Amino acid sequence: MAKKAHIETTINGEQVEYLCEPRQSLLEVLRDVLEMTGTKEGCNDGNCGACTVVMDGRIVNSCLVLGAEAEGANLETIEGVATPDSLHPLQQSFLQNAALQCGICTPGFILASKALLEMEPDPGEERVRHWLAGNLCRCTGYDKIVKAVLEAADVLEVKG
Amino acid sequence: MQDFEYIAPRTLSEAVALMSEKGESARPLAGGTDILVQLRGGRRSVERIVDVKHVPELNEMSFSRESGLVLGAAVPCYRLYQDQDIAQAYPGIMDAASMIGGIQIQGRASVGGNLCNAAPSADAIPPLIVHNATCVIAGQQGTREIAVEEFCTAPGRNVLQGGELLVSMRIPAPKSGSGGRYLRFIPRNEMDIAVAGVGSWVQLSPDNRSIVSARVALASVAPTPLFVEESGARLAGREVSKEAIEDAAQAAMEAARPISDMRGTIQQRRHLVGVLTRRTLEGAIARATN
Ligand SMILES: Cc1cc2nc3c(=O)[nH]c(=O)nc-3n(C[C@H](O)[C@H](O)[C@H](O)COP(=O)(O)OP(=O)(O)OC[C@H]3O[C@@H](n4cnc5c(N)ncnc54)[C@H](O)[C@@H]3O)c2cc1C
Ligand code: FES
Ligand code: FES
Repeated sequence: MAKKAHIETTINGEQVEYLCEPRQSLLEVLRDVLEMTGTKEGCNDGNCGACTVVMDGRIVNSCLVLGAEAEGANLETIEGVATPDSLHPLQQSFLQNAALQCGICTPGFILASKALLEMEPDPGEERVRHWLAGNLCRCTGYDKIVKAVLEAADVLEVKG
Repeated sequence: MQDFEYIAPRTLSEAVALMSEKGESARPLAGGTDILVQLRGGRRSVERIVDVKHVPELNEMSFSRESGLVLGAAVPCYRLYQDQDIAQAYPGIMDAASMIGGIQIQGRASVGGNLCNAAPSADAIPPLIVHNATCVIAGQQGTREIAVEEFCTAPGRNVLQGGELLVSMRIPAPKSGSGGRYLRFIPRNEMDIAVAGVGSWVQLSPDNRSIVSARVALASVAPTPLFVEESGARLAGREVSKEAIEDAAQAAMEAARPISDMRGTIQQRRHLVGVLTRRTLEGAIARATN
């Protein structure tokens, strides 16, 4: 067995160290080594976006990143989105719009949408749908998700 | 996933040494969007993964109107389409970079990885061919440079040998009055593999009325991405016209050697090559006149 790698990285603003096998994906490290199970596994091959995390400012599929590649990186996961006092407006909006059923896809949709709204506060419906093409949901039919994102965009804009 | 060692060298010479030491049982890792899927699916086996993303030469993205573009092999798609100057200079390549996978994939996937993976359906390869790109390759014996159309040898295979690395792609300076376009056909709008794809590039005369030279290349209709010299030959020196474009589309349809599979039939693919060649030539001409 290849030697385990010792990795130092930042997750949701905190310094984190872990040991991982070179073959372990970042998704496996998050869920199995660090027991941060908010990030979900859907397809495990890059198609569904359930495992979306933010890595150095870009959304990526953590199932297609090796845990060892996170050395020195700045990571953001779903666990870092809400504060102890309140949900993020996107999370609130997903609840209000019933934009989830089983919820497996939700962390990925939230992180992907959050990245979009941080860059483009006022995207149109088409832009939202295009941006979220790498996130699959087998329950909702997408309309409610898109509506939730557009509503959250309005809320965030008012808040400034 | 199978067991392997992971090394992330900081210099090109180190990377080449790590690769050649292991030969066939070492594999570079760029964005990982092909290789990690293949390793997990048991379609490849390796002893060593060499992460090339920290090698400066493979991360270079430098462009000038005079000398053209040097695109490091590991540069992810998003870095390309975020650069307005490059997007404008090489529109055909940009079409592909903003089409590969979804946003998550584009945050990692490189054009170099798309080329090295050598899929017949790879979206970035036809535009690289028509924009006249060359590959800079480094190995133990030094560096060499070849045209992109000579890089892929069979599905999943390329010319790299004995631990050689693709360092970068060089794309000549954009001439004024030139334009490129890449289009593919897929059954949905995003996130699918091309049933057929066509890249076109044209150089127009100063008055925009005739075609000085043109290049056409195809995806998903042969064992490798296919450069169709004949399409260009049928356009060179002709006036911009429906007939000239139709001749070039005919040549592309004749050159295509598609197969029937779950994505499409031979007939459908050949038909698509005609349609897409016409559309990409019209698109390239429109961009050239802008
Ligand atoms: C969900 C999903 C959607 C996709 N959609 C598309 C699509 O629409 N169109 C498309 O064309 N592709 C698509 N792909 C395939 C893939 O994303 C692209 O081919 C991508 O460009 C590969 O780049 P990468 O940097 O991730 O390569 P990697 O996976 O890192 O590498 C690819 C191959 O090239 C080798 N390699 C990498 N760098 C070098 C180098 N410098 N020198 C020598 N060899 C090297 C690797 O060893 C590997 O064999 C998709 C993949 C997924 C998972
Ligand atoms: S689990 Fe990573 S994309 Fe589906
Ligand atoms: S809510 Fe079940 S997959 Fe989206």
